This record gives sequence, C-alpha cells and structure tokens, in this order.
Amino acid sequence: MYDGGKIIAGIIIGLALLTFPIWYTSGRAAPKPEVKLPVKEKECVQPGPYMKKKHMQVLDLWRDSVVRVQQRSYVAFNGKEYDMSLQNTCMSADCHAKKSEFCDRCHNYTGVVPYCWDCHIPPKEKPEEKH
Amino acid sequence: MNVILSLIVSSVAVFGLVVIAFVGVWGAHLEWLFGVVIPYLAVITFFVGMIYRVVQWGKCAMPFRIPSTCGQQKTLPWLKRTYVDKLDNPVGTVAVVGRMILEVLCFRSLFRNTRLEFGNGQEIKYKSAKWLWFGSIVFHYTFLIVLLRHLRFFTEPMPFFVPIIEKVDGFFQLYVPTLYQSGLLLGAAATFLLLRRVIDGKMRYISLPADYFPLFLILGLATTGVLMRYVLKADVVSIKELTMGLVSFRPVVPEGISVLFYIHIFLVSVFFAYFPFSKLTHMAGVFLSPTRNVSNNSRIVRHINPWNYPVKVHTYAAYEDEFREKMIDAGLPVEKGAPEPAKPE
Repeated sequence: MYDGGKIIAGIIIGLALLTFPIWYTSGRAAPKPEVKLPVKEKECVQPGPYMKKKHMQVLDLWRDSVVRVQQRSYVAFNGKEYDMSLQNTCMSADCHAKKSEFCDRCHNYTGVVPYCWDCHIPPKEKPEEKH
Repeated sequence: MNVILSLIVSSVAVFGLVVIAFVGVWGAHLEWLFGVVIPYLAVITFFVGMIYRVVQWGKCAMPFRIPSTCGQQKTLPWLKRTYVDKLDNPVGTVAVVGRMILEVLCFRSLFRNTRLEFGNGQEIKYKSAKWLWFGSIVFHYTFLIVLLRHLRFFTEPMPFFVPIIEKVDGFFQLYVPTLYQSGLLLGAAATFLLLRRVIDGKMRYISLPADYFPLFLILGLATTGVLMRYVLKADVVSIKELTMGLVSFRPVVPEGISVLFYIHIFLVSVFFAYFPFSKLTHMAGVFLSPTRNVSNNSRIVRHINPWNYPVKVHTYAAYEDEFREKMIDAGLPVEKGAPEPAKPE
C-alpha cells in the first residue's frame, strides 16, 4: 500500500466516527421507560394506543380550539365530555398528576422537548416524592 | 439505457424494496429479519466494503503528481503568489490540507463550475454556474443534520449536541410535532438534483439507473421518515427500544411497531449496503482524489515511478570494454586507448 500510514489513519478515524453509537453505548442499553399510569381513572380521552402515538396532536387541537375558537368541551371516544385543559384535565390529581412520572419519562428517553411548558406550569410535586 | 427506461428501472427497484418490506412484515411477520438481521448484515457490508474499497485505492500507485492547478506555481521569488494561487497550486502539506478542507466541507470544485455561453456573434463567455453547488451543499448538509438527529434513537443519554441541533432545526415551532426544516430541505434538494438530471438534455444523456436509484432511494427514505413523524405516527419508545438493542448488541423486537418503520429501516439497510458498490463511495473517495490531495512539487522533489522495475542496462563504457580490441581492429574510434601490454617484470 502506498501512503499506508495515512490511509490506515483515515480508516481508523472514519470507523471511530461512524461507530460512535456503538462505543458510546458500549453494550449497555438503558431500559425502556415505564410511565406511571393513574390508579383511579381507567380511561383517557382516547384509547391508550391512540394516545401513545397522537397525544401531541390531540393537545394541539385542544389548544387551537380553546385559544382560537373558545370551544372548551371535548367529547371523548366513549361519549364522556371533558374540559379541554392540560393542567386541569390531563394533569388533574386523579390522572397524570406528576410530570416527572408520566410526561418526562418517555420524552427524556426519546429526546423530545415539547414546548408545552413555555406557557403552562406543571402541577407542583412534593420534592420527597420525586424520583 | 434511455431516460424513460432508466427512470422506470430505478423507481421500480425502490418501490420493489418498499413492497418487499411491507409484505415481509405485514404479511409474513418477519420483524426479526427486517428489524435486526438485515440491518446488521447491511452495516457489516457497509464497513467491510468501504474498508476494502479504501485499501484497494491505497494499493494504486500514483506514478506522477496530477493536481489540477489553477494558480501560479511556486517559482522565482519575485513572481507573486496570492492565497488563491497557494491553494490552487499547493506546495506544502498545509496548502494541501487547506485545499482538501475547502473541497470536503465546501465542495469548492462544484463552486468553481462554469458554463459556456455564446455572446454576440463569435463571442464566447464562461459564466459561473452555482446551482449544482447550491443543490448539493443543501442536500449533503441537511442529510448530515438528519443523520445526527437520528442519534436520539441510538444513544442514551443523548450527546449534548443532539438537543441543540433539534432546537435549531425546529426553530420555527411550526406544526405538531415540531417541523424540522432539514427534512423539508433534504427532500427539496434531492428533488432538485433529480430534476436536474431529467430536465437538462445533456445531463439526461449521461444519467444512468445508477444515478437515479440512489436519489429515489433517498427520496423514499425521506418520505417514509416524514410519514412516520408527522402523518401516520409511530410508537417512538418501542422503536428506540429496538434501535438501542441493535447498538448494544442485545437485539429486541418490541410489539406495536408499525410496518412503516420496517419499510424505513429496510430502505436504510439497502442504502448502507449499497454504499461500497456504487457512486456513494465518494464519501470515502473524496479524501483520495489525486487531483486535490497531492502537492504540486514535481520540480522540487524527485518522484520515482513505483512501477519501475530494475532494467538491465549495458552502458557504453561497458560495451567499449567488451569490444575495444575488435573496435580498434576495425578502425572505429574508442574513448579509452588500447589496453597497455603488461610490463615485463
């Protein structure tokens, strides 16, 4: 090989950069996060699998509906009516009261930074109950 | 191959890949094959193939220096050389490195592209033609950003730069989930590069399925990615479980991942496996372009052709030594005289 030193150095640098996720993880995958589901309430405004994928679009719809059309009532898939409110409905004491045990788990795992909290204030959590 | 056939062959190939993944996962439930086995095989093919390619290139001898020089060569001290001359007619390592940096990061060769145009009558003009450079720089950099953003699926915790890239990329906070500009621009740039080949007659004439196929493949990748993120949605947590399983060599296939994801990852696998066999090798090859990465020092350093083999030579002096007496006998002129007879003791 001609200029073997330079070529091998180039290959090593290329390999090191392209295999970054492998040596950065080094065989230890963090476990999949588990969200804490509410104990009392059994049903959300839409079925679980739907919410898992599309909750951000439901919330976006709610925001537009409340802020732009003043329509605050949401009829859920099971016919129940809900007040469209992130803080008072979604995050009420009976449901997803703790941001750190529900929202943050998946968002942190998948690197999602929703801008809900630019305007909303998440319900207060007692510090000792935090994980 | 004519243009219609080329376009049909390459687009049908990409569509066929989509169908294979769809049928394989939706019909035959081969999640392990498409989610784990094929990605691993593809990545192995990529690395082995690329290293093989680079080593093969390294084995090629370079018998002489062939930098393309567009500036004043280093010569007599009173002939001035500007920075442009130093870059375009590099002498030392520093100049070559500078030239390579501009080439690899800024695509300078494309930037210097010109187009011949006819002026009035006999007049000929060379006009700057920057569209190819523009399309290709947008394409490559948005692709890089998209690739780096995907690190959120392959690292836990994420390295510091991923959230920064996501924040800048989603700067306008349009749509939910936040629209990433890089995705749109990547699609636009790839479409431009495709149309450029189809619309311009000269480009159309020299384009082959090997040119169209990667573009269709990348458009397919972008489309499935965009569909997954913005339209049909995907179970991101399960997908990350799968991808983290891949990078930690503890593969898992969680339930509830949509077929679309398997189509996406299959196209990605084909893309990676296709690299060493195609024009996409320019990713490594750009560093080994001899017209860019050698210095123009032919007049300063003696370069010996590595192909030279030892040639059997018979010098004139040796020839004369061999035939001197016969030459003298024949009356031919000789450089050295006849050997003196040995003196008697």
